[in-house]
Order: sequence, then structure tokens, then C-alpha cells
Amino acid sequence: MPKPSDLHFFIDPHRCIGCQSCVQACSECDTHRGQSMIHLEYVDRAESVQTVPVVCMHCHQPTCAEVGPADAIKRTSDGVVQSARKPRCIACGNCAVACPFGVPEVYADRQIMMKCDMCYDRSSVGRKPMCATVCPSQALFFGTFEEIARLRPTSVPVNEFQFGRQTISTEVYMMVPRTAAGRAPVVDVTAALADAPRPRTIPLRLIPADARQPAAAADAADPYADVEV
Amino acid sequence: MSTTQTFDRDDISQAPDGQPADRQPAWRQDFPIDAAQDQYLVRRDFMKFMVLTSLAFTAGQFWIAATDWWRRRGSATPPARIAAATDLPVGGALLFHYPGPSDPCVLMRLGESDFVAFSQKCTHLSCAVIPDPGHGVLRCPCHEGLFDARSGRPLAGPPRRPLPEIQLETRGGQIYATGTMTRTV
Repeated sequence: MPKPSDLHFFIDPHRCIGCQSCVQACSECDTHRGQSMIHLEYVDRAESVQTVPVVCMHCHQPTCAEVGPADAIKRTSDGVVQSARKPRCIACGNCAVACPFGVPEVYADRQIMMKCDMCYDRSSVGRKPMCATVCPSQALFFGTFEEIARLRPTSVPVNEFQFGRQTISTEVYMMVPRTAAGRAPVVDVTAALADAPRPRTIPLRLIPADARQPAAAADAADPYADVEV
Repeated sequence: MSTTQTFDRDDISQAPDGQPADRQPAWRQDFPIDAAQDQYLVRRDFMKFMVLTSLAFTAGQFWIAATDWWRRRGSATPPARIAAATDLPVGGALLFHYPGPSDPCVLMRLGESDFVAFSQKCTHLSCAVIPDPGHGVLRCPCHEGLFDARSGRPLAGPPRRPLPEIQLETRGGQIYATGTMTRTV
């Protein structure tokens, strides 16, 4: 049974609060128990605590399947790129190297690649993927275009990504601010890599010395000295 | 231009160069990305497997018939005299060689006019079996193999195939070996 064609996955990275709920929910699944197929990545750990959830984007021309020598990665008719077929996967790791989004992971101990398949057991019967079910800030959303348009009036879904000369269109949508999407309805990933954060001036308000709370003196009497323990 | 694009959702994968399917190299048909096409190929491979397997079974039947014919033809060895019937008491056994001098066989007299003969090579690992007509068996000492003295079929132990039977003929009180019958079951 294919995934209903009106339901789509939307990632809204700037809503991510880094709570790891998606990671925990994903790793509880029976089909890959203990391993999370969703990666919660820091955008730039040195500069910011901002995280971004990385699920499989389910490309229309999946590079992982193109580079696989063992014919193990297949896409079903609903556009979901399935995880590696166990009897075929030889754990060569080509897909992990080639994926522009860095989604597939090779598990050397069991000689297989496993990746997000949009919880195909759930989404194929119209249920939300587990990560979208638990996400408290709705950075991960699974629903219709109408629902997302109502919930995110200032953002628009974009599913075109530019990696150098390669344009990738995906089944999963990324929510982009309406102003940015109006300029170019494509997320230019390569250009974004060169983007340095704008220098900002953060004003620090100085508190006058006499307004500060007096610190407790080291030789002050212990206020709990009389308390019986 | 119509905005509603209709396409077969099973056939949505495009090669990275964007060229249509008929301009792609042949290996793309053998290694499709879409699961439905992969299923189709698997079905075709399955049919190929079925046809080739049944062909192999047919060839196997011919092979069995040919080896059977060859064995029958090869077993048509000239008859050889073993002994006079009076040389062997009832319940006695006699060793002889047939068809060649390196093929040890054993002749047993189970009744007044009841002679049987088998190859002496155990069908397990070719040890020499010891006839025991009194108990109606042939015993292999190497691994405790046991054969029925009347039919040569294995009764116990590791051997699974019966002993090759030597076909006998009695002419004028003389016993002749006329052929060898190798059996698999």
C-alpha cells in the first residue's frame, strides 16, 4: 500500500529546539531497534546551539540508488526511497559517501546500510512518521499542503536543492521563509556553505556597581546553624 | 499548456543526465531504481529460472537413461563358472572373483537350490563384507554395517545402498555368474 499522495513531509529547521525527541522516538522502532535513522545535527556548533533534524529527503533522482553497485536501494511508486534491501546490500558505503544530505549510514557490525524510509510501515497507511508524531515544536510535520499553509503563513515549502551543478528535487519539503523563497525557489546549498554569519553587535547593559546585590560575605554567620538535622 | 502533468508514478525515475529511457545504456534497464520495475525484472528472471531448471531436469532424465544404458551394456560380461553346486553345503559361503580378478564376490547357499551372490565390497567405504548365512546377513566389520543375505539391502550401520548383486545361472550342476546388477536403492 503506497503512501497517500496528498500527505507530505515538511521540515521546518528553524523551529527545531534540539530536544532529541525525534531521535529517541526513531530509535524505539522495532525494525531498527536502538538505532536512530534521524540525525540531529548542529548547524555550526562553534557559533550556535541551533540544531537541524536530518531525515531522508527521498530524492526524485536518488543519488544513493544511482551509485549502489548491488542494486539494493529502490524507490517505491509513492516516491519513498526505501532502505537497503537486506539480501542485496553489501555495505560498500557508496551511498553514504554520495548522498548530498548525508543520510545513509553503514553499520559495519551487521554489514548493512540503514536509512530513514519515512516510517514506511506507518506512512503507507496514512499515519505520521514517528519523528513527526513526537516533535513538540512541529519542526517535523507530516500532512497536507493546506495544513502547512495554514500553520506556517510566513513560510513556503521548497523541494528543490542546488548542489553545485546538480539540482535535486525531493519528496520531502523544506520550509523556507516566504521572502527568501520569493527571490529563488531553490535552496542553494553550495552557496550557503560559503555564507558566514553576519557580524552582529550585541550590546551588554552595564549595571552600576551600587545597584548590584551585595555578595554574601565569607565570614557571615551561618543562617542554618540552629537547624537540627 | 496543461498544468496537470500525468505520468506513471511507477516510472518516475530519471537518469542524472536527464535523457529519456530509450537513450540510456542497457544496464539501466537491468538495474532500475523504481521498485515496480525491479519487481518486473525479478518476475522475468523467475521465469527464466523456471525454464532453465525444467530444462536441467529434462537433461538429467536423459543423463540417467544414458548412464543406465551404459551400465547395462557394461555389465554384459561373459559368464564365468564359480563352483559346482555340490561344493557348497546349505548355509555355506564361498569367495570368488567376478567379473575381473580384482572384484571380490561372495556366493551363499541359503537353501537346497537357493544360491545368491553379491559383491563383497561394502557400499559404505568398500571394506570386505563377511558372509553369515546362518543368520541371514552379511556383516561389514569396519563400521558395523549389516546387509540382508537374501536381497543385499542394507539393514543397519552407515551403508545406504544395497550390495551389487551377481546374477547366477545353474547349468548341469555348475553355478555360473552371468552379470552384475548395481542398484542404487
